Amino acid sequence: MRLLARRIALYLVTAVVAITVNFFIPRLMPGNPVEAAIGHMQSRITPATIHALNLQYGLNTKLGLWGQYLHYWWQLSRGNLGISFSSYPSTVTSVIRSALPWTIGLVGLATIISFAAGTLLGIAAAWRRGSWLDNLLPGMTFFQAAPYFFVAILMVAVFATKLGWFPQNSGYDTTLLDPGFTSPYISSVLDHAVLPALTIVVGSVAGWIIGMRNMMLTTMDEDYVLIAQAKGLSQQRVIRYAARNAILPSVSGFSLAIGFVVSGSLLTEIVFSYPGIGYILLQAVSSEDYPLLQGIFLIITFAVLAANFIADLTYAVLDPRTRQEA
Amino acid sequence: MSAAQGTALITPGPRKNRMLQLPRSLKIRIGLGLALVFTILAIIGPWIAPFDPGKSLSTTSGIPQPPSGSHWLGTTQVQQDVLSQLLAGGRSTILVALIAGVVATILAVAFGVTAGYYGGFLDDLLSMLANVFLVMPALPLLIVIFGFLSKTASPNDVLIGLVISITGWAFGARVLRAQTLSMRSRDYVLSARIIGERGWRIMLFEILPNLTPIVATSFLFTVIYGVGTYTALSFLGVISVAHWSWGTMLYWAQSAQAAQQVHIEWWWFLPPGLAVGLFGTALALLNFGIDEFINPRLRAAGLSRRKAKRAGLPRRVPLGLTPVVPGAEGGQA
Repeated sequence: MRLLARRIALYLVTAVVAITVNFFIPRLMPGNPVEAAIGHMQSRITPATIHALNLQYGLNTKLGLWGQYLHYWWQLSRGNLGISFSSYPSTVTSVIRSALPWTIGLVGLATIISFAAGTLLGIAAAWRRGSWLDNLLPGMTFFQAAPYFFVAILMVAVFATKLGWFPQNSGYDTTLLDPGFTSPYISSVLDHAVLPALTIVVGSVAGWIIGMRNMMLTTMDEDYVLIAQAKGLSQQRVIRYAARNAILPSVSGFSLAIGFVVSGSLLTEIVFSYPGIGYILLQAVSSEDYPLLQGIFLIITFAVLAANFIADLTYAVLDPRTRQEA
Repeated sequence: MSAAQGTALITPGPRKNRMLQLPRSLKIRIGLGLALVFTILAIIGPWIAPFDPGKSLSTTSGIPQPPSGSHWLGTTQVQQDVLSQLLAGGRSTILVALIAGVVATILAVAFGVTAGYYGGFLDDLLSMLANVFLVMPALPLLIVIFGFLSKTASPNDVLIGLVISITGWAFGARVLRAQTLSMRSRDYVLSARIIGERGWRIMLFEILPNLTPIVATSFLFTVIYGVGTYTALSFLGVISVAHWSWGTMLYWAQSAQAAQQVHIEWWWFLPPGLAVGLFGTALALLNFGIDEFINPRLRAAGLSRRKAKRAGLPRRVPLGLTPVVPGAEGGQA
């Protein structure tokens, strides 16, 4: 429990740091965020909009920097992330809200598949040291070192363009007239998710395999594994005993990996024109939509923190030592 | 006489030998070779590039041309030479990654060793800082920073490397801190402290040399991170797309939908992507090599079955005694 409390404290501090950084970055840069906004909206600007923007950034309101900072927190607590320049007059919150489910579904599913497959393969690779699996490791390193979006481009070229097995882009069949919860819609969603998910799995699985393999090799030297073997337990039982202990660092290493996976999948989405956060991120970058950019940064940070927290809870379930009152 | 023999055995001879043995691992040799090739290309690349990477060589055609005698890697949509872009972009990519790697490693050593050595409140503070940077997703943060930065500053490889290093030091710091913690109360550190050596001297000259493999690993790790991050940022177009790097090449290929055309324009996106992947793989192989150097138990990876048999390794490794394969450093297949 103490460990969990410390982790929660870490997440709170991280969230505060992220929000603070987000507040200061536009103010540290030369120029005034409102002027930047006006430059981007050009003809659509009205005096009322300028006033609204000034209020939003807390400018021209005689508030000091500290006051602006508090104002920012107040706006944030009400879920107000400002107005998107590129899809004016939609709010940043609404733009993100429409894209978020796509990303969470895609990344969540792909990460679970990758973690499960990687862990199992890692166990197998450790158990049969020197087998064909070990020879694959250097090859898999390439896919880990190559950027996700390059793997994505390859996937599109081979499986969508060349072989035509899967659609080239989008998150669902856009020719469908009625995108409700109908079976053609759902099957088209699944069809469109295969390649992006495969990309994320291919890009991230090597890390889990190598981590699990190396940890298994260390665990297999422990006395309790030897005892289990000596007692005449079946191979499967012994493997299970060793694996259950070797998996702990993988779970705690999850926090490190999830940030990479989320970042990588944002870029994957761009290649596939998948309608998730990555896609609106590209839109925000290319149209210099700063409020949207900053909103995305905050949302991703919060999502990653939440994923970390889930990993911590899992860890607490798996490792009884963490539940012990110290 | 026996005393003379004794000294002869301990002094330089065998030690030198051991140093020479290290690169015998195939992984390290391949990794070193590849890294060397890339470094040389990064240095001479822009000079040996046959064309100006940004120049349209012909205005008559709007279709990328496949590889030919005059353009070994074909051309882009606006008839720029892909090979020239690859050579010119390599320098920026590798330079940024190296700067990010060096700066992040220095930060990691400074934060990690200090936190581990002094402990107490300073340790709590620095560890918290490292953990915050570890859980905060780096790429979105960098996108926000560069989004605002690129408005004002023209792209500058040193500056880009520095900014990337801010998000890349935390992992190394955490590993180095843990290792320093275990060294803090070793006898040689204690005796140095009793002699009255200053803290910075103990950290730099007593502890740091013993961390060399970990520092090397974390350096390679951050260079890989730097390549990937820089490429991702330029692919997104956050860093000026007129600044040639492997990432901007992929940006242009993607925006022209090179992979979605009926005739896939593979010569456009394959070279920069492979270059990034191979450079990263080279460094990762070096990293594996160092890992196996530190932990001999990992060495059997890559042993073929025949070689494993020759090394006296049973097919199913008996539990409880993961063998250290004799001569596995050289026996890598």
